[in-house]
Amino acid sequence: MPIQLLLGDEALARGAIDAGLSAAYAYPGTPSTEITEYAINSPESRRGDIHCRWTTNEKTALEAALGMSYAGKRAMASMKHVGLNVAADPFVNAAIAGAHGGLIINVADDPSMHSSQNEQDSRLYTELALMPCVEPADQQEAYRAPAYAFDLSERNRIPVMIRLTTRLAHSRATVLVEGSRAQNETSSPPDPRRYILLPAIARISYEDLVRRQPGFRRESEESPFNAFSDGPDASVGIIACGIAHNYVQEVFAGTCPHPVLKIGQYPIPESLVRRLLDRVSRIVVFEDGYPFVEGKLRGFLAPRPPEVLGRLSGDVPRTGELTPRIVADTLGLAALSVRSPSSSPAPRPPALCPGCPHADTCRALTAALSTCRPGGRHVFSDIGCYTLGALPPYEAIDTCIEMGASITMARGASDAGLRPALALIGDSTFTHSGMTGLLDCVNDGTNITVVIVDNGTVAMTGGQTSAAENRLAAICAGLGVETEHIRIIEPLPGKHEANVAVLEREIAYEGVSVVIAQRECIQTARRKAPTREPDGGSE
Amino acid sequence: MTRNVILAGVGGQGLLSIAAVLGAAARAEGLQLKQAEVHGMAQRGGVVQSHVRYGDETIHSDLIREGTANLILSLEPMEALRYLPFLAPTGTVITSRAPLRNIPDYPNIPDLLDEIGALPSHRMLDAEALAKEAGTIRCANMVILGAGAPFLAISEDALIAGIEEVFAAKGLSVVETNVRGFRLGLKASLQNGSA
Repeated sequence: MPIQLLLGDEALARGAIDAGLSAAYAYPGTPSTEITEYAINSPESRRGDIHCRWTTNEKTALEAALGMSYAGKRAMASMKHVGLNVAADPFVNAAIAGAHGGLIINVADDPSMHSSQNEQDSRLYTELALMPCVEPADQQEAYRAPAYAFDLSERNRIPVMIRLTTRLAHSRATVLVEGSRAQNETSSPPDPRRYILLPAIARISYEDLVRRQPGFRRESEESPFNAFSDGPDASVGIIACGIAHNYVQEVFAGTCPHPVLKIGQYPIPESLVRRLLDRVSRIVVFEDGYPFVEGKLRGFLAPRPPEVLGRLSGDVPRTGELTPRIVADTLGLAALSVRSPSSSPAPRPPALCPGCPHADTCRALTAALSTCRPGGRHVFSDIGCYTLGALPPYEAIDTCIEMGASITMARGASDAGLRPALALIGDSTFTHSGMTGLLDCVNDGTNITVVIVDNGTVAMTGGQTSAAENRLAAICAGLGVETEHIRIIEPLPGKHEANVAVLEREIAYEGVSVVIAQRECIQTARRKAPTREPDGGSE
Repeated sequence: MTRNVILAGVGGQGLLSIAAVLGAAARAEGLQLKQAEVHGMAQRGGVVQSHVRYGDETIHSDLIREGTANLILSLEPMEALRYLPFLAPTGTVITSRAPLRNIPDYPNIPDLLDEIGALPSHRMLDAEALAKEAGTIRCANMVILGAGAPFLAISEDALIAGIEEVFAAKGLSVVETNVRGFRLGLKASLQNGSA
């Protein structure tokens, strides 16, 4: 089927498969999840022609993709922006070691934090790693980006980031699908020693990476993802990155009168920026995320820089995603007649589903801690559906920072003398980044109680396979937790009193104890159950 | 001509199925389409919305600009009012009357309905009753889609074919129920036309 209706995420995955992909690895995270969902469910993956897997975390995903690339195959790792923090070590060092088979790292940023704890801009990581980056503007470009980026990667022996933002990742459009390329044969890298980052070798590789930067910039300047288009009205020039280009087109109904530089590949294409500067003395920059391009244009020392308007100048809001309205207002276009917002709608935050096992665990934990003096309860928690336990009516947890921080923060607080110190973490978050922290606790004999809420799935992102798979008790025992202090409870209303008693006993124990609250996510359980009535559709 | 439609509802109401049917129908009519969704956090009983844009010209932005939505299709009355700044001066709001009260401070329902009733173009339906009549309350989403059909500039046949395509995997009886719901919504909307 040459025309398909695809999410930006799906278009990227389809494009990668059609470009000779051999393997896709990922840890789920909104808004990147559908890249790997699509790849796993593709006919190519089902037939076993390509290897698509969820991994324990983003770091293991990227390292596996790097190994595939070492073996000559085209591979990709996908993650959300904060997942790249977890994978930052292999990300930066893979750029120095380089790629053999094409290697792309797909990172979906979430400006406006629709489903995230920050709005960091992954383009800054590519600067840190001296790595090229492709930023598609629409679904068709998202489809074409992998083929282009794999070639770029193999031509320059360098991993390439493909950066998406929420609005492209989660927006559907018709995509023209353009035939497929065969996979690479397995082969050894021609100069395998560059994968040994001993200082003596790494210095040479790093020098080489620095030396190749002008070449990466020339690639950008000639890239089909970057384009300068002139316009008659030189009162202002526009730089629009990624999907911001769509908003510029939108507000001028497709015929922008100003010179426009569309940026879809980095390093920033300097010669194209100069072409724009030759035409205008005032530039407005539209980019989702941080003022990455804008900051570079301003510099510190340029004596008479062109006037640059953007997020740093305050002409575009410093935080939050772009919208057509922001673009139109910044460009001084005539305002449309817009109704005032209604004051009626109340906030409707997401909540734990009725019957959710986490709700029962939150209630049992709160009951077990009810004797704590006011302000004396410290439940360090983590990333997952159970983070919603922070909201009424539960108000059962006190922190949520990043994947795995529950156990390690509780450990530090316990070391500081805060008692009782509790961690509440999900099964998949535990295997992602919690196990190492628990080992620290075991080695230090920390007085801590870790509650692992085990619903058997990565629920928040739609029910992907959990790496823990009913082995949590064995994993904890393997890490050295005493088996009599690894307790399994079933979070059900009918077992509330018994569960509270178990929690109270383990909280009172002065050492490392683990309570595993084990009951399947009701969403995945429901999906497995036979349908009883006609379904009007689900999300 | 580009049509801008905002879909409004709450996680679990089947809003993204409406988006899928609209997408399939627009594609079958050979139209350009962009459809932005909210995933993730919003699925857990929170706010869900989708921007659907289609037409015979290139669609640039995935997001609808404030003041340009031709139609707000809502599965719930409070959610119908959440996106008013997006509505074009001549735009229409179509909503189910049935509130989904999963929050403690849900506003007074008659006030909500009055506010919607004061809009120049609107339709309010007892979507749940019509859905039950069609066979299951779960097809209320297709009832609302049916009520919106006269405003979508997509043929009824294409929309029904879209329902058939989207629900095919769930079996013939699910498809038929949803088509029945769609037709009941359409009929109610046409009768309700003076509003």
